[in-house]
Parts: sequence; structure tokens; C-alpha cells
Amino acid sequence: MKHEELHVLLADDDDDDRLFFKDAIEEVKVKTVVNMVNDGVELMDYLNNPSTRLPNLLFLDLNMPRKDGMECLIEIRGNHKLKDLSIAIYSTSALETDIEETFVKGANIYIRKPNDFEELKTILEKVININWQYHTSGFNKEHFLLTL
Amino acid sequence: MKLHVRYDMNNSCKIILREQLDKIQLPYTLTGLGEIEINETLSSERYKELEINLNKYAIEIIDDPKNIFVQKIKDIIVEMVYVEEANPNLKTSVYLSEKLHKSYNYISSVFSEVTFSSIQNFIVLQKIERAKEELVEGKETLTEISWKLNFSSVAHLSSEFKRITGLTPTAFQRIIKKRKENNFTSE
Repeated sequence: MKHEELHVLLADDDDDDRLFFKDAIEEVKVKTVVNMVNDGVELMDYLNNPSTRLPNLLFLDLNMPRKDGMECLIEIRGNHKLKDLSIAIYSTSALETDIEETFVKGANIYIRKPNDFEELKTILEKVININWQYHTSGFNKEHFLLTL
Repeated sequence: MKLHVRYDMNNSCKIILREQLDKIQLPYTLTGLGEIEINETLSSERYKELEINLNKYAIEIIDDPKNIFVQKIKDIIVEMVYVEEANPNLKTSVYLSEKLHKSYNYISSVFSEVTFSSIQNFIVLQKIERAKEELVEGKETLTEISWKLNFSSVAHLSSEFKRITGLTPTAFQRIIKKRKENNFTSE
């Protein structure tokens, strides 16, 4: 495992949100390589394609057409090949029960989508940094839970 | 049936290293804290072979000097947090600079440059990780854990836990327990 850059994947059906995310993540100190998919079906095709270089961290919107984030989460956590993937739920819901439900189903991070660009930058900086520490310090990923 | 195991990470790693080094018949000495002294020159083929074998155990050969130095800092901190006997009544800064024979300013600036994080932050993360393990094991109360990990009080541990993870220790414990009940593991 080399530590030069973190591979990040965003699954979100909203064009504006994707643009907003890309601009914010470019300003984070840890170097990242960002790829994007538009919905859950595209996401699973991407992850299951043997020629894909698997990301270290997936940002997953819960509310997507065709296949929603929860279905993807369950599918990913049922697949042994994807066990090293950290999953950050990226959602507009702030309900405690929703948050806990995604953690129980295997999510690592829960982010309430901010409306403000500066706030998004701060959040991404923190998420990428902690994920980086897990990636480079051999922390136990089974205990990796973070909500913002 | 469910078996619970306890392992000593440090010793487990040493055993793996010995087995792998013996396998390719290299004369070596383990000099502690992630260092292996190889008593002959290592051909690039054998280096590659060793690297591949070790990678299977998620052990990585580090060759960038700054990364080596940062790994040493991390190892010392992990040892401080994990091995209670090694936990000195010294300040971390003094302890690190004595062990590494460098000024703390130098140590902390290299650390921040390579990890994008401060030493203090890494220590807190490491302690919270340790607290998580204890919580999952469930043998000790939060008060006992806070005491063991040198937090000034149980409230201090709880607030640091919440600051780092966004969750309370109780919520964390509940989620991990539910995952187990649902037979979910990331393995």
C-alpha cells in the first residue's frame, strides 16, 4: 500500500452537488484522486468492474434514483472484495435513527450535507484527514465511526 | 460457537517477521520498534520476494527516510498508549525527543508535514481507538477505561470521544453491539 494519494469516489445524482463537492475536495491538504458516478446502478457496476482501481473512500448519497444509497450500502458490505472500502454517507437527513441505521448496516461516516461551501470544505478536510489516519496507521477499521 | 481471542500485536508481528525472514534464509537481527538489521546485502529479487510475502500480512517495507522517521514516532506513541509499563510519567515531548535524539520542534514539524496532522492529535486518536477496543470488549467501565488511558476524568474521556467520533461512547457501544446481532462484520 502506497500512501501518496487517497482515491475517492462520489455517488450522487445531483449535478450541482457533484460540482460543489469536486471544488471543495480540491482544496483539501491530503492529495486525492476523485471519480464520480450518477446513481446506485452505475456505482455497483463501477465497483464490480474488475478493471476498476477500487477507491479508499466512497461518499454515498442516500437519495438516488434506480438504486438508493441504503441498497448499495448493504450490497457493498455483503461483498468480501470491498471490505477495505470506507463508506461515508452523504445525506440531507439529520435524524438520529437514520444515522444509527446506516452505521449498523456498515457505514463508517455520516455527513449531513451542508448548504454552505466553506462548511463543506471544513467537513471534507476533517473526513479525509481521519480516513487518512486509518489508512496509514493501521487502526481497526471495524471500529471506524464518525458523524459530522 | 464464538471464540474470543486476545492478541499481543507486537509479538504477533515479530513472529510473522521471523517466519518470513527464515523462509528466504536471510541472516537478520530484529532490533525492535519496526527495524530489521539484515546481515548481508539483499539482492533486488529477494527484496521483492520479501516485500510481497510481508504485504500478505499487511506489513510494508518503508523506504522514504521521512516516512521511516514518522513511523518511528508513531511506534513510540502506540507503545506509550498500549503498554502501560512503558507509559512514562514524562511529558510526551520530552519522551519523544529523548528516544529519537532530536528536538521536539524538529520531530513535530516532520510529523505534521508527512501526516497532515499534529502529534497531539495522533495521540488523542490513538487513545480513542484504544478506548473503543476496551468498550467493545466490555469488561471495564468507562471510568476504569478513562483511568487506564490517563484521561483526567470520565467526563474528559467522554467529551474527547464525542469530539473525535461525533458519537457518545454509549452510542458507539450500542452500534457495534447491533452490528454483531445482525451478524454484520466488515470481514
